[in-house]
Amino acid sequence: MSDIAERVKKIVVEHLGVEPEKVVEGANFIDDLGADSLDTVELVMAFEEEFNVEIPDDAAETIQTVGDAVKFLEKNSAA
Amino acid sequence: MRRVVVTGLGMVTPLGSGVEHTWSRLIAGDSGAGPITTFETSDLACRIACTVPLGDGGDGTFNPDAWMEPKEQRKVDPFIVFAMAAAGQALDDSGWHPKSYEDQCATGVMIGSGIGGIGGIYDASVTLKDKGPRRISPFFIPGRIINMASGQVSIAHGLKGPNSAVVTACSTGTHAIGDAARLIMLGDADVMVAGGAESPVDRLSIAGFAACRALSTGFNDTPTKASRPYDKARDGFVMGEGAGVVVLEEYEHAKARGAKIYAEVVGYGMSGDAYHITSPSPDGDGAFRCMTAAVKRAGIDPGAIDYINAHGTSTPMGDELELRAVERLLGASAAGIAMSSTKSAVGHLLGAAGAIEAIFSILTIRDGVIPPTLNLDDPSVETALDLVPHEAKRKRVDIALSNSFGFGGTNASLVVRRVA
Repeated sequence: MSDIAERVKKIVVEHLGVEPEKVVEGANFIDDLGADSLDTVELVMAFEEEFNVEIPDDAAETIQTVGDAVKFLEKNSAA
Repeated sequence: MRRVVVTGLGMVTPLGSGVEHTWSRLIAGDSGAGPITTFETSDLACRIACTVPLGDGGDGTFNPDAWMEPKEQRKVDPFIVFAMAAAGQALDDSGWHPKSYEDQCATGVMIGSGIGGIGGIYDASVTLKDKGPRRISPFFIPGRIINMASGQVSIAHGLKGPNSAVVTACSTGTHAIGDAARLIMLGDADVMVAGGAESPVDRLSIAGFAACRALSTGFNDTPTKASRPYDKARDGFVMGEGAGVVVLEEYEHAKARGAKIYAEVVGYGMSGDAYHITSPSPDGDGAFRCMTAAVKRAGIDPGAIDYINAHGTSTPMGDELELRAVERLLGASAAGIAMSSTKSAVGHLLGAAGAIEAIFSILTIRDGVIPPTLNLDDPSVETALDLVPHEAKRKRVDIALSNSFGFGGTNASLVVRRVA
């Protein structure tokens, strides 16, 4: 697992209070990890903070799984 | 109107988590006051408070994880966690866990707070200034607003009846119980989970109340001596935190399910001082009218009251005004009637104060013990009332009165009575 994927996983575990083994690439934040719409807003904020990147609202809407987040951050984050 | 009884009690206080733990320490004369250790106080006039003892839940410590998931706690201010704990305890005590749709719809929640999530508002303001609006959490608002204590409790327990919240400063808890009882009397609900919660021990709140000259500042080195209602040396209140919640229930409903009945809520009175934003009316008129209204509603003679849980915050002005108003209410029958201020032990829990004090009043009826007024070494006034200095006292109590008075000149009194 890449460094970015590890950091994403840590944030997801922390914010959603889920077991680490459930945070797999295909896991959907809402359907699989029990997040609600406010949780996903906060998750995106946490990614922005951790990776020092701005995630515009239209991009945020496409981030629905752990893998989506990792892919977006690998492409757009400098850190 | 329908009769309303109390069938469940719950509390989190500076003396511990749970009614029995708090009550036994209160009767023992323990104080919940200590130095503030969670934030910088060197530049504050008041450096002490009564805070809830955190722990694993053993020995009366408060374990928030037992009442709310850690990931949910992170999103809310502590007053909501305290409310969840006190409400959970009260519902367990009452044995009322409605499962049917009808029972859920007949059960409401009215838990108020004086100022709600002020600590979280402070923190978010700092974030806004330092990092900008994109760093404000979506949970900022729903974790701070006052009615979210009622909201969270209703969600956790499936309570679909009336859902509301009182905000009347230091009278909140008393108003919440009285208003909720009225809803049952009028038939809007059969059961109400009612009370108050507060978490005001933060730098901003202490600075604000100190600026109002409301807090004790002369006992920073001897915190357990600071809250001393009626004593000559008193110089302000000591901030407290926590929650008190009762389960109120229509009498026949409680009887039909064989519920344990602690007491009946027989009187509730309200008044406004219409005088000043923070100072009580100097003639004690607001307090007098409020108690009079409660006693009238109860249909009792004032002299039938056995115990009064005073508002008695330990401020120089307020204590004596209340005392004079009580004397005026009781007239010749004042002699020997017990009136104590439990704020001497737990501090002033603002919006939660009236709720925990209503519970203490109910427990005097159950146990025949009157909690003491700590630190009352040298009363500033002469009175025929028994202010129960230093030590608890055995006395049968059938009728108790509990007072709360708040900023804005908002007053509330409750009368609770033994159910024969």
